[in-house]
Amino acid sequence: MTVASTLYALLFYAATLILVVGLGYKIFDFARTPAPLKIPTTPAPTTRTGVALRMAREVVLFESLFKSNLWIWIFGWLFHMALFLVLARHLRYFTEPVWTWVALVQPFGTYAGFAMAAGLAGLWARRFLVPRIKYISTPSDHLMLALLLGIGVSGLALRFLSHTDIVGVKAFFLGLMRFDWQPLPDHPALYVHLFLVASLMIVFPFSKLLHAPGVFFSPSRNQADDPRERRHVAAWAAQFDAKN
Amino acid sequence: MPALQPGAMEASKPYVASDKINTAIGFPGELTEGWEGRAIGRMGELLRKYRSLKVYLDACVHCGACTDKCHYFLGTGDPKNMPVARQDLMRSVYRRYFTLPGKLFPKLVGARDMTREVLDEWYLYYNQCSECRRCSVFCPYGIDTAEITMAGREIMDSVGMGQKYSNEIIGKVHRIGNNLGLPGPALEDTLLGLEEDVKEETGVDVRYPLDEKGAEVLLVTPSADFFAEPHVESLIGYGKVFHAAGVSWTLSSHASEAGNFGMFIGNYEQLRKIAMRIREAALDLGVKRIVVGECGHAWRVAYSFWNTLAGIGAGADDPFAVQLQSQLDHRYPQPQHICEFTYDLIQRGALTLDKEANDHRIITYHDSCNVARASRMGDRPGGQFDIPRAIIRAVANNFHEMDPDTTREKTFCCGGGGGLLTDELLDLRVKGALPRMEALKKVADGNKVNFMATICAICKAQFTKVLPFYGFKMSMVGGVHQLVSTAIRLGPKQ
Repeated sequence: MTVASTLYALLFYAATLILVVGLGYKIFDFARTPAPLKIPTTPAPTTRTGVALRMAREVVLFESLFKSNLWIWIFGWLFHMALFLVLARHLRYFTEPVWTWVALVQPFGTYAGFAMAAGLAGLWARRFLVPRIKYISTPSDHLMLALLLGIGVSGLALRFLSHTDIVGVKAFFLGLMRFDWQPLPDHPALYVHLFLVASLMIVFPFSKLLHAPGVFFSPSRNQADDPRERRHVAAWAAQFDAKN
Repeated sequence: MPALQPGAMEASKPYVASDKINTAIGFPGELTEGWEGRAIGRMGELLRKYRSLKVYLDACVHCGACTDKCHYFLGTGDPKNMPVARQDLMRSVYRRYFTLPGKLFPKLVGARDMTREVLDEWYLYYNQCSECRRCSVFCPYGIDTAEITMAGREIMDSVGMGQKYSNEIIGKVHRIGNNLGLPGPALEDTLLGLEEDVKEETGVDVRYPLDEKGAEVLLVTPSADFFAEPHVESLIGYGKVFHAAGVSWTLSSHASEAGNFGMFIGNYEQLRKIAMRIREAALDLGVKRIVVGECGHAWRVAYSFWNTLAGIGAGADDPFAVQLQSQLDHRYPQPQHICEFTYDLIQRGALTLDKEANDHRIITYHDSCNVARASRMGDRPGGQFDIPRAIIRAVANNFHEMDPDTTREKTFCCGGGGGLLTDELLDLRVKGALPRMEALKKVADGNKVNFMATICAICKAQFTKVLPFYGFKMSMVGGVHQLVSTAIRLGPKQ
C-alpha cells in the first residue's frame, strides 16, 4: 500500500460516511417537518396514484422545466440522463460478477460521458451569456459546475486519452467495500478524477445538490388536491382545535 | 423581455404599520433593539413548522427557469423581482444561520448576516410579490415564492415591521366583521337597497337576506361585493341565481367577509382566527351549505384551507370537525364556489338564460391566480378553468380567449394581489399589470373584446384602477355573475 492508496481509501470512507449520514439526516429532517396546509400547485392530481405519476414525470422528464425554458431543459435533461447512464456504467467497478444490465449499458455509458459534459457546458455558458442567469449566479454555482465538469472531463480522459489499470481500480474499490484494502493504481488523471468525485460526495448534503431529495418532499408537487374531501392537520396545528 | 434594471423599484414601499395597528392584532408595535436575534429565532421556528420553507430554501439550484415568469419583473425590469432573486433575499440569511457552508464560507455561497439593510430589502421586495404562484408552475422543484414571501412577512411582523394595509384590514375584520369596516346596519341598508333596485329592474322580489337563521345556504363573499363597482353587480347576480333556484340563503354580519388577509401575511393563527368566523356563523345560523362568492384568495383559503383550519369540509373524524360536519349536507361539496353552484343549475337546465342580453359585450376571461393555481372547482383538475368559462358561454354569445401563455395555470396576476392593493403601491401595480394588459390589448384589437370577466374582488378593484393607464375604460372589467345577472330571466320558467 502506497501513501496515496491509504489516503484515498480514508478519503472515500470519509466521503461515503458524510454522504450517507448527511443526506440521511437531511431526508429525515425534510420528512419530519410537517406541511400544515394543502398547497399543491393546481391543477393537481386528486389521488395518490396521480401524485406518483406527476412526480415521476417531474423526475424523469423534468416536465415543469420543459414548460418553462427549452434551453435549460435541453442542457439540464441531457446532463442528468447522461449522468444516470455514466453512474450505471460505473457500477461495474463495485460489483463482481458484473450484473448483466450493467454490462449491456457499457457502450451507452461511454458516450453519455460526452453528452454529460456537453450538457454541463451548456448550463455553464448560460451563466455567462444570459444576463438574468448571470445576475443570480453565485461563486458556488460556478464551482459546482466546475466540479462536475472536472469529473466528466477527467473521466473521459481516463477512457479515451490516458488509460489506467481499471482492473486495479476495481480491486481497490472492492477492497474498500470488503474492508480488505488493495492498492490504487498510480495515475495522475485517476487521482484527479477520484478526488473530485469524493469532493462531490462530501458537499452533496450541504449544497444545492439537495434538490435531488428535495423534489420528492416539495408540497406543491407531492400533495394530492383533495382538501375538501380529507381534513389535513399538522400535529402542531391540531392543538388549536382543542381550544375551541 | 425587459433589460435588467437593478434598483428600479427601490422606491416602491408600502407604509409601515403603526404601533396601534400592529399591537391590535398581537404583533410587536415597532422594531426594537435585539430584533435581529428575534427574527432569526422566528425563522428557525418557521423552518420547523413548514416543510415548504425548509425544502424550498434548500432545493433551489439557480437554474433560472423562473427568472422571466414574474409579472413584477416583466413590468419593472428590477432583477430582485425575479422569483429566484426574491427568494435569495431570505435564502442568503438562511444559509448564514442554518447551514454549515454559510457559517464557514459566507461569501462563497452568498450568505449574509441579518442586518437593517437586509431587513429593509425584505420589506421592499416581499411587498412586491403578490403570492400568485406563477413561478411555482415553472420551477422544476415546484418552489413557490409565495411561501417564502409569506414567511418573510411573518418574520417581519414578528419583529414589528408589519405592513399597514394588510394589518389594518385584519384588525377591521376582527373588530367589525369585514375588510371594509362596514358595520351590520350599513350592510342591512345596502342589501335592502339592492332588493329595491332589482325589483325596479326586473319586477321580481329577489331577496338579499342577512343573518337569517335556518336558511339552507350561507353565502360568504368579499365585502367589496356590498358596495364597490363592479363587484356589486355580481352580488346582484348571486341573489338572482338563488332566487331562480328556489334555494333559501343568507349572508352573515358576523362573517361578512370571505377575504382572509391572514394568508397574505403568512400568519397561521390569523389565518385560522379569520376562518373561524365562518364556522361560527354557520353553526349559529344552522345552514346546510356554505357557498363562496367571487374572490380569488378567499376561494383558495376556503377550498384548500377551511377544512384544515375550521373543519369546513369532509373526511375528518376528530370531534372538532365532526361538530360542524354533522350539520352540513354532504351531498354537496363543502365549501362550494358560487360558480360551481350556478354551473350545476345550468347543467340541470334549472335557469332560464337569455344569451342575447349580453350581445353588447365581447367577452374574454381573466383567470385569477389563486383560483387557477391554488384551488379547484368541480370533480376534475382544471375545473377551475372550465366551469367559469362554461358559465360565460351559457350566458353570452361572444367569447374569446387571450394568449394561452397568459391563461389557465399560466395566467398573469392582475398586479394587485397578495396584500398590495394599496394606493402607495400604485406604480408597482400599474407596472405589474403590464403582461395582462398586453394580452388584453391583443384581443381588444384583434377580436374587439370590450369586457374582461373575472371572479376575484382584488382583480376587479385593481383593473378598475389600472385599466385607464393602458388606455382602456375602467368599466371593461366585471364579474362572471355580472354576466349571469344580465342574462338570467326570473319568474316562472317558460
